Amino acid sequence: MKRVVVVGASTGGLATAEALRRAGHEGPITLVGAEPAMPYDRPPLSKQVLTGQRGPNELALRSSAEIDALDLDLRLGVPAAGLDIGRREVLLEDGIRLDYDELVVATGVRARRLPGTGGIAGVHTLRTVSDALALKERLRPGRRLVVVGAGFVGAEVAAAANGLGVHVTLLESAPVPLAAAVGDATGRFLAAMHRDHGVGIRADVRVTEIVQDGGQVSGVRLEDGSVLPADDVLVAIGSVANTEWLADSGLAVQEGLVCDEYSAAGPGVYGVGDVARWHNPLFDVTMRIEHRTNAAEQGLAVARNLLCPETRRPFAPVPYFWSDQYDVKVQAYGYLRDHDEALVLDNTTSASGRLLVIYRKADRLVGVLAVGASPKVLRAWRALIAGSTAWTAVLNRTIAA
Amino acid sequence: MRVSVDADKCVAAGQCVLLAPEVFDQREEDGVVVLLDESPSPELHDPVRESALVCPAAVIHLAES
Repeated sequence: MKRVVVVGASTGGLATAEALRRAGHEGPITLVGAEPAMPYDRPPLSKQVLTGQRGPNELALRSSAEIDALDLDLRLGVPAAGLDIGRREVLLEDGIRLDYDELVVATGVRARRLPGTGGIAGVHTLRTVSDALALKERLRPGRRLVVVGAGFVGAEVAAAANGLGVHVTLLESAPVPLAAAVGDATGRFLAAMHRDHGVGIRADVRVTEIVQDGGQVSGVRLEDGSVLPADDVLVAIGSVANTEWLADSGLAVQEGLVCDEYSAAGPGVYGVGDVARWHNPLFDVTMRIEHRTNAAEQGLAVARNLLCPETRRPFAPVPYFWSDQYDVKVQAYGYLRDHDEALVLDNTTSASGRLLVIYRKADRLVGVLAVGASPKVLRAWRALIAGSTAWTAVLNRTIAA
Repeated sequence: MRVSVDADKCVAAGQCVLLAPEVFDQREEDGVVVLLDESPSPELHDPVRESALVCPAAVIHLAES
């Protein structure tokens, strides 16, 4: 019976372990997690946890009874420190060595920080439940929060804080917030929505310094020398893959663990979730996806390939993500990054609360993003993306409709 | 197998409908899950288990007999 070690006890790692058991694997499974908490869900951290709609005890991915039923060797609060793929051995930070036959790397990402801001009180990043609780504690009516980076985490926190009566300013270095990920039209739509709610948006600005007063943040200095006063600053400038422990392993690491189309990274090693940069044959792109649903789907796919290598299948999903901001849910299918064209099919005024944008890469449809679209409409677009539909066929169909 | 859903926590991702459209649907207005079949027939058990596994809000609960 194969001994499986899963490093990373969040969505991807837990889904892999669960899928292994569901598929009938009866051998030992060790689940290693850097954080001491039982596996928990992260999307609510930038939303309901900040607003108080979900408490820290309401984030468990599975009940303790469900976790017990998986019969895992659970090692929480211990980061992995090294890997020897020749001896098939994981080294943990506490000195323990774990032998494996099959290894699943699901160590995720951490928030990227601004250099030199480590010890300043009031400077936050958001990735863990303790990050979220520390930030929540500070969000009081009348306080000033500056969010550096208008990606989805920054935008969701801005919306949540705004709803709590905090004065929020959202800073973005690109000319249009979120444009790199979802295109100009969507970026403008979302920026307008934030402005309508009273959030200050400053695009095309660069932060040169976090200003402090006696160890407490007091503002953010911009490139033009001006200082935006702040009681708190959230740094939301993307993430860094947790791959340091793999540095001497001989595995290919390139902003993530490099995997093939089966999510395999090397002999007896697979990557799952945010940390995995794998080749998605549906888009013929090597991608790393930091979406909640992808981690679970990849865990399921890896469990199958690991148990039945002779019938292994490529992991070729249509990625999906959603984002909740104010009373709006943004939903997207496909691979939107690096698109060549974003075509707006439905009006883009934020007041209408509706948006439908489709994305082209080369000559095919690769993505759709919608606000206020019905599930049936979205699923129909997803099916076209899954079918690698030619852009010309999409346009003909759209015109005909 | 008995299926239940916690619609209050549903995030309307619709992954369950893609996997098991015979068992799950979504409300037209907000995409929240609608359970069509509380005791699906055996050939649907695998896709239903898969739905519970990948549900991003972990709101699909199964009682296996």
